[in-house]
Amino acid sequence: MAVDFENSIPIYLQVVEQLKSDIISGKFSAGERLPSVRDLALQLKVNPNTVQKAFTELEDMGLVFTERTNGKFVTEDIALIAKHKQEHADIITQKYMKTMEKIGFDKSEVIFLINNLGGNR
Amino acid sequence: MELLQCIDLNKSFGEKKILKNVNLTIPRGKIIGLLGKNGTGKTTLIKLINDLLTISSGQILVNGNPIGVESKKVISYLPERTYLDKGMTVEKTVEYFAKFYDNFDSEKAYKLLKELGLDTHQKLAKMSKGMQEKVQLVLVMSRNAELYILDEPLGGVDPATREYILDTILTNFNDGASVIISTHLISDIECILDSVIFIDNGEIILTAETDELRNRENASIDEIFRRMFKC
Repeated sequence: MAVDFENSIPIYLQVVEQLKSDIISGKFSAGERLPSVRDLALQLKVNPNTVQKAFTELEDMGLVFTERTNGKFVTEDIALIAKHKQEHADIITQKYMKTMEKIGFDKSEVIFLINNLGGNR
Repeated sequence: MELLQCIDLNKSFGEKKILKNVNLTIPRGKIIGLLGKNGTGKTTLIKLINDLLTISSGQILVNGNPIGVESKKVISYLPERTYLDKGMTVEKTVEYFAKFYDNFDSEKAYKLLKELGLDTHQKLAKMSKGMQEKVQLVLVMSRNAELYILDEPLGGVDPATREYILDTILTNFNDGASVIISTHLISDIECILDSVIFIDNGEIILTAETDELRNRENASIDEIFRRMFKC
């Protein structure tokens, strides 16, 4: 999982985003045990303290929980994961819509474009 | 107790003031960047902490005690220039370190040397500058120290090796230990730093947590540094 970090944005927030997308995409499934702080830090090539901070943030969101002595796990609350997935999709869609509006497309035209994406997908 | 504290530290060479009223606290378990332009006092500060220069006034405390024999046991220092005997082989150098330092882990040193593909039977004099720097870093990181002070560890090495060096630093700094890295190659290391110390003209002009600083300034540490020190 090599990630190119953007140096101008707090690294821990980028780690949060990365882990969040791994959870909502199902790469880490509900209830699955997450890699340790140290392993993840080495994989991502960031400071372990940064990974720790990201985990704390994810715990606050409810997406991750700690089982004492046993490590960190993805939440078993599938509805919560689905909610985050929906939110994430909304954000991306809104961003996309804004960009399209900027270059003069309205919603129905955008829908037409998506329907015809790559010929007849 | 704090790992390292500098209190009203001053250092002059004759009339020239190199460090002016430096106050610093280095906690445990952090990776800290000591950043500044060339000739602003970084190496002088590091040498003072390692008891290689004498203090003009003020104090340096390691684990609450003045620097001396005890502080040297817990600080592992990578100087800017190598001091190793180039007539010795890598193997001999490792043995030498193992004899010299109680907390030196020979097994770890050999493991790291192997990972780097360095021939332990080779004399240092036969190695390139970059290879010598790698050997030196391996030796420094193979001590189970409380504080690692690395003065320009990335200076003479290629970008691929830089990455390996950062990996080595990340993997080998043990829990509760801290690492101070002095460098001007900021963009290469900023994603592993907990906090930064900006030094200019012998004065500490900024200390901050890296992520907070990024948030506040909306920019990378490298960019903030360039802005602050615009010539």
